[in-house]
Parts: sequence; structure tokens; C-alpha cells
Amino acid sequence: MGPLLQQIAALKSGEVTSHELVEQCFEVIEAKSDYNAIISTRPQALEEARLSDSSRSAPKTTRRLEGVPFIVKDNLLTTGDEMTSGSNMLRGFVSPYTATAVQRLLDEGAILVAKSNMDSFGFGSSTENSDFGPTKNPIDPSLVPGGSSGGSAAAVALDMTTFAIGTDTAGSIRQPAAFTGTVGYKPTYGLVSRYGMTSMASSTDTVGVIARSTADAALVMDIMAGKDVNDSTTIDLNEELTSLKGADLSTAKVGVITDWLTEGVDPAIVETVESAVEALKSQGVEIVEVSVPELKYALSVYYIIMPAEVSSNLSRYDGVRYRHTAQSSSDLDSLYLKSRTEGFNEEAKRRIILGTHVLSSGYYDAYYKKAQQVRTLLINAMDKALSDVDFLLGPTTPTLPFKIGEKTADPMQMYLSDIMTAPSSLCGLPTICLPIAGSDQKLPVGMQLLAGRRQDSQLLNFANTIEVVLEKNK
Amino acid sequence: MTKITKEEVKKLAALAKLELSNDEVVKFQAEIDSMLQHFKDLDAVNTEGVNPTSQVTGLTNVHRPDLPQPSAVEPEELVKLAPKSKAGYLQVPRVLDQ
Repeated sequence: MGPLLQQIAALKSGEVTSHELVEQCFEVIEAKSDYNAIISTRPQALEEARLSDSSRSAPKTTRRLEGVPFIVKDNLLTTGDEMTSGSNMLRGFVSPYTATAVQRLLDEGAILVAKSNMDSFGFGSSTENSDFGPTKNPIDPSLVPGGSSGGSAAAVALDMTTFAIGTDTAGSIRQPAAFTGTVGYKPTYGLVSRYGMTSMASSTDTVGVIARSTADAALVMDIMAGKDVNDSTTIDLNEELTSLKGADLSTAKVGVITDWLTEGVDPAIVETVESAVEALKSQGVEIVEVSVPELKYALSVYYIIMPAEVSSNLSRYDGVRYRHTAQSSSDLDSLYLKSRTEGFNEEAKRRIILGTHVLSSGYYDAYYKKAQQVRTLLINAMDKALSDVDFLLGPTTPTLPFKIGEKTADPMQMYLSDIMTAPSSLCGLPTICLPIAGSDQKLPVGMQLLAGRRQDSQLLNFANTIEVVLEKNK
Repeated sequence: MTKITKEEVKKLAALAKLELSNDEVVKFQAEIDSMLQHFKDLDAVNTEGVNPTSQVTGLTNVHRPDLPQPSAVEPEELVKLAPKSKAGYLQVPRVLDQ
């Protein structure tokens, strides 16, 4: 049982009150403020917890997260609270409504205590691109926690909360989970509404969760999932993600992606993943080696399609409608120019310019259309690979957590961090990152399990079953 | 695919309503060029007759009844979020000459 399910049980039995839990959250947030995981807190959560505690005595407290504190990445709107998306552009922007995914958690009684740090607009793999300063890795503060949901991952790893909501466009939940030794879940594209989320790359943006166990993540995903009239890309699975019945390991077939266990990947990661695979084999799981040559194109495809979508999505920040506006602008054009120049950081500008380039006439066919076509080939290849096995397996990252500042000078080096996480995003596949190392003073290593689109409940069920095996193997 | 020039970077920035310093132009030109070099790996892929993918939901033409519905937020509240507004409208610098 993960800490979230334990907390729910403790609340139900009266062992602890919501008010005590929320107080504890604030104490840890305060004590661990050096890690810079949090952008803003909600002091009113204490009063909300008190209300939750008094409602608990009522006979009908069937809400699944009654009184449970949680943290949300600062690119999701929550009515009345500031939402910055980690950018100076939105500093001071007060949410006019609440994101559907968050509202569903609130409707189940959860209590929002804080908003977490992130690379501005989700642009980064280390949380160093936050305009609020970098978040530090709880395992070693000289290391990055991954990104862009680095604040959410660090908050969970630091025990500020039992779970935190993140968003994942090409690994922004899974990579920080890998770097902090937590569980990260990115759902099938469309399973969770993005209404109220700051758009980054709309064709791969997803909302998911960082937690301590698969069962904890499954509960949160079950609550957030499903169709939303305000996001027309959403789907219903009509399946309970929490029915973790246990997978029969003797009939399970898993494909190990050999393309990700070659040179260029940290030997410690290769060794740890291979050891985890052996542990699964010893439990009767049938392991086959799978190679998908198209995977090597995923990074180029993503770094063409994403900036293209980013350059379009970020055109809304014009100095007129959102927060930052240039003070001395004589005409409308200079208002746009100055507001955007002042409000966006270097990484945002880099992506907007690259995106504008790949979409411009003369280059559109060579870059954008070509990338969309190779995306089709990648999807076909991954679908074919998944048709022969139940799940695909591989490392989450090519490197161990790196030093703060190590990759900031060369954007291409930073982009390479996404090489193993971008494919699931481009293909819309549900993927979970499980910690497979991190005890014995070793740095954490994350292992990904990928499933076919809409196979979220099967994926969570399998991950939950093998978690025990992996824990013993750590 | 040719090298991107400093002039092109400046032009792209202007199109995207961004002002770059000379240092930024130099930096971005080199960085974007190195990315474009990386993208060349796609040239080797035969994509003849392959349909481009723009989304992966499998959904097409999602409709809803065209009926007026109450807004979750009052328009006035949204306007108030803007840095400058007046009488319920967004305020911008003068566009037309007097």
C-alpha cells in the first residue's frame, strides 16, 4: 500500500485529521524550502482541511480523497490562485477557473496545498529554465530533479505530499520521476482533460501524476480520467483504473527495447534495467528482444513538431490579454514586441524561433511535413511492436541525474534527455516510469513500461504486480 | 537543407514579435543551425506516400449541440485579468491616427 492509500486509511480510521496532514505539509514545505520545489502555497488549505474534518463525521463521506493534501504543477489553473507556468510572462496571473483534472480531485475531497515549480511553459528537462530558479534534486541538491515537472517530483520525493499532478509532453512526468526515484504516470493521449492547462505542444500534451506507488498513481488517474466537454480530444475508457486485480506473470510477454540498451546510454542504467528484466524473467514473464529502428528519428520528429506547436500556442502572449505587458509602448506593434521580448526567457525564444522557421513557407515540407510523416512511420512501427507483446520496456533516461548547470550551455545536449520519453508522447501511448534503483546510496534509475493506446488499466495492473518484484531487486 | 543565416534568425524573430540582441542572434543562429543539422537524419527516411500525423486520438469531427451555455466565468472577470482594461474592454495603444 502506497503512502496515499495509507493516508486515506488513516483519515478514515480517525488516526489522523486532514488539518494535521495539511499542517505537516506546510511544515515540510517550509523546512525544505531550499529545494525550491514550490512556487506558491495556499494558506487557506488549513481552513479547508478543518471543514473536511468536520464533514467527515457526517454519515455520507464517500469521497475518495476526503481531506488528502496534494500539490499541482503551476501550469494548471485553480480558481483564485496565481498560475505562472514558471514564467515571468504569467507572474501574478490569477486563475479565472479550475482545470478539469484538478477539479475532479477537489470534487473527491482532496485539498490543494501548493503549486510546484517547473521549467517555464514546460520547456526543459531539468527545471533549470524556471523563471523562479531551479529546483534541486532531493537525493543530492547539486543535481537537477529532471523536468519539466521537477517541482512536482521533488515535492513527492521530499514528502511534502503523497502525490503531485504533473504534465508530460515528451517526458516531463517520467524523466523527473526517474531522477527522483518516484513513480510517474503519463496516460494515453486524451485520457485526461487539458482544459485549464497551459498549452505547450497540443498534439502531445498530457496530464498525469507523480506518486510513490503504482496503486497510488492508479487512484489519482482513475479520478482525473475521462471525457470532458471542454477538451474535445478527451476519451472515456469505461474501465476502472483502480481495479488492480493482479497480473498473471506466467502468461505475460514483455518486449525489451534493445535500441535503448546500447552505447550512448549510461552503463549503470543498462545494467540496472537488465537486472530488473532478469528479475521479471525469474517470475515467469516471457521476455523478448525488440528493436524499432524508427525510434532513432523520434527526437528530430519531436524537436520539429513541438516548437511548431509551441510557436503557435505562445502567440497568445501578446501583452494585451495575459499578465506581462511592456510599460512604455507607443503603438500596438511595439507593445507586442516589447512585452514578448521582456516576458519570455531564452529557451522560450529559442523554441518560438525554431518553430516559426520549420513552419515557414519554403521549409514547411522539408521539416514540419516531413516530421509529421516520420511520426506516422514511428506510430506504425510502435503499434506493430506492441501487437506482438503485452508491454514494451526500457530505461526512462539515457543518463543518471546530472549536475545543475551541466547541460544549460548546450540546448541540444538538454534535448537529448528526451530521447527515450518522446516516442510514447508522439505515439500517444500510456507509459509508466517505475524506480528500479536508488537504495544503497545509488542514484535512482527509472524504467519505463509502454502499452498500447487505451491500455491504461492493463498497464497499471501489470506495473502494480511487478512493483514488489522490482522493490526486492533494488 | 541549407544553413540558417543571421539575417534569417532576425527575420524569424521579427515575424514572431521578438526582439533579439546581437549576441542572441549569434547564439541562436549557431544553436538552431546545429539543431537543423541534427534534423537531417530524417532525410534518409523514405516518406513517399506516407500520410502526415497531426493528432493521435483516432477521433474525428467531435461535435456538440450548438446551444448557448452559461460561461463558467463572467466575461468581466476575464477582462479584469488583462493588464489594462477600460469599461469592460481590453485596452491597447492607439491603432488609428487621429
